[in-house]
Amino acid sequence: MKQFGAFVLKEFRHIFRDKRTMMILLGMPVIQIILFGFAITTEVKNANVAICDPSKDIATQKIIERIKANEHFSISTILNNPDQITTLFREGKTGLVICFSERFNENLMHSGHAQIQLIADATDPNTATTLTNYASAIIASYQQELMNQSSVPLRISTETKFLYNPQMKGAYNFVPGVLGMILMLICAMMTSIAIVREKEMGTMEVLLVSPMKPILIILAKVVPYFIISCVNLTTVLLLSVFVLGVPVAGSLFWLIAVSMLFIFVSLALGLLVSTLTESQMAAMLISGMAFMMPVMLLSGMMFPIENMPVPLQWLSNIIPAKWFIISMKNLMIKGTAVSSVIKEIIILCVMALVIITVSLKKFKNRLE
Amino acid sequence: MLKYLLEKEFKQIVRNSFMPKIILIFPFMVLLVFPWAANFEIKNINLSVVDNDHSDYSLRLVNKVISSGYFKLTDVSPDYKSALENVETDKADIILEIPVNFEKDLIREQQAKLLISANTVNGTKGGLGSAYLSGIVNDFSSEVRTKWIQVTASSAIPNIEIVTQNRFNPQLNYKIFMVPALMVMLLTMLCGFLPALNIVGEKEAGTMEQINVTPITRFTFILSKLLPYWIIGFIVLTISFGVAYLMYGLVPAGHISTIYFFAAIYILGISGLGLVISNYSDTMQQAMFVMYFFVLILILMSGLFTPVSSMPLWAQNITIVNPLKYFMQVMRLVYLKGSGIAELTTELKALGTFALLFNLWAIRSYRKTV
Repeated sequence: MKQFGAFVLKEFRHIFRDKRTMMILLGMPVIQIILFGFAITTEVKNANVAICDPSKDIATQKIIERIKANEHFSISTILNNPDQITTLFREGKTGLVICFSERFNENLMHSGHAQIQLIADATDPNTATTLTNYASAIIASYQQELMNQSSVPLRISTETKFLYNPQMKGAYNFVPGVLGMILMLICAMMTSIAIVREKEMGTMEVLLVSPMKPILIILAKVVPYFIISCVNLTTVLLLSVFVLGVPVAGSLFWLIAVSMLFIFVSLALGLLVSTLTESQMAAMLISGMAFMMPVMLLSGMMFPIENMPVPLQWLSNIIPAKWFIISMKNLMIKGTAVSSVIKEIIILCVMALVIITVSLKKFKNRLE
Repeated sequence: MLKYLLEKEFKQIVRNSFMPKIILIFPFMVLLVFPWAANFEIKNINLSVVDNDHSDYSLRLVNKVISSGYFKLTDVSPDYKSALENVETDKADIILEIPVNFEKDLIREQQAKLLISANTVNGTKGGLGSAYLSGIVNDFSSEVRTKWIQVTASSAIPNIEIVTQNRFNPQLNYKIFMVPALMVMLLTMLCGFLPALNIVGEKEAGTMEQINVTPITRFTFILSKLLPYWIIGFIVLTISFGVAYLMYGLVPAGHISTIYFFAAIYILGISGLGLVISNYSDTMQQAMFVMYFFVLILILMSGLFTPVSSMPLWAQNITIVNPLKYFMQVMRLVYLKGSGIAELTTELKALGTFALLFNLWAIRSYRKTV
């Protein structure tokens, strides 16, 4: 045990000596959580819209006023001529053009019929639909006002309750995802590279002739990263609660327990990569590209999994981060009991077991 | 001199068992799989209905909601509590609760109430889902209204007709939007990460010493490191064009030479950044992490997934120095809208500045003495 302690200490010294990596390891989560919490939002805000208003009458003025006042829009250009629309789109200066028909108010009042064209830049379908919906809602509310209905009969009113996140903050959705990504990155990437590095430099051989068992040597390499990950877990949780205002609604104990399980799975994954690769370059490319992209895209962190085609939904099942993110959303945001994530915990446990068994088997073979 | 150096670089790339594979396989992997995954569209919202009224009207309403196409009825729960359990276990996203006497209230009191509860852990999804649902309820109530009340002189009611037109991508296909952006990501990963590992790799292997004792100038040396990635970038880009066409039928609306022209400048810039990081790093591990740190921030703040204009002002100001943002814009504009160089002068200036800056820095920071 004393020997083991010495090995762990050696690994710690290695990591601490490299100040730059250390700073990134501990600073990355802070920056990521702040970016995701404040800057990255799937909501559409302050979108540039252009207005084409040939009639310039009271009705169009009123509608434009309302658009101006809306937080989703900021009016960037007033067009004189519809021919300019294409150029405007090509320069990427606007997402939506609102075009009033000529003699708008006059038509509206006399024939009761006037037209507004909403021309959206649909290269980004998400933004296009959202902007069109918002603009339509503003126009509809103006029309409502015009109709001046005193008492509409047969009315169904709806009362909407937003569960778990009444202010609809984006951070609630992102915090579990960022947690998953950070833990995965630090554990899998760091361990895989750290072990392959010793192999490549030839120092692994030196370690292996020591009287320690190989498994303990590897374990000693893993311990510091486990501890660093726990520090990061704490940092991210503290930042989420105190800076982003995301509460820990459920049991903190289970939250940490599941996180540690996930850290263990990621560490095992790093171990697996290091047994499969010969060079640092390969280990980095595998853990950096082949892991990170799927985690970012398929774990449900950014994009809803249920929208994906079935083969990808199936593929997402083998990504540990998916199960971690689901359990974090339940335990942390929804505040449900641990019984709601039993399935996820079992899956993560099985993953850990399989990965550890495979990589240890491979590792032993390599050393003989 | 440059010729021999280049020969050496290419031999190193080809001899490496891993690099040629990743250069060829990575574009396929990214472009075949990821456009299908990246979709924010809100559809197939799982709906749990609690119908306490069991009337003709409540049934009709539920049918209308389901036939809208946005919702998938997961279950009809006996009470709110069990519906909530479904939300807790992620089986349902939204609950529609129809109170007792819904039909009676609607007809006798002329007014009825409905309750919608949405899971807003994902605020966008929950918010949009409940907005769709109340929209459908509104339609339903006006249907009922027109049935019960004689249609009055409708021409007196001012009616604004809204005509929507979706330019450039009328089918609202999200994949088309993602493909050009994923090409940017590909170039960034391959032409950014590989140079970042290059010089420091030579340092670790000890071959750097040997190059340092030769009379090669700093400029020639950096140039010999840059050119291979340029060529790799062009290969990757060409493969990507092919995949985009075969898989998604996507052909650039603008001129293909415009894309290559901008790509040439962009690759210089991002490879330059990689070389700078490589010069300052002592180990490959360090280089990888520093590069990773920057690339992650650059990607997230580039507008790839979320529009830059939705960010708060301070974040938008940071994106002014993000080369990815400009190249992302160029790719999407040229590919999807057919913009030409004349419309992209801002991007050209920005990318040119980055390329120049990073490479001058790379030349300066390369030390021939250890």
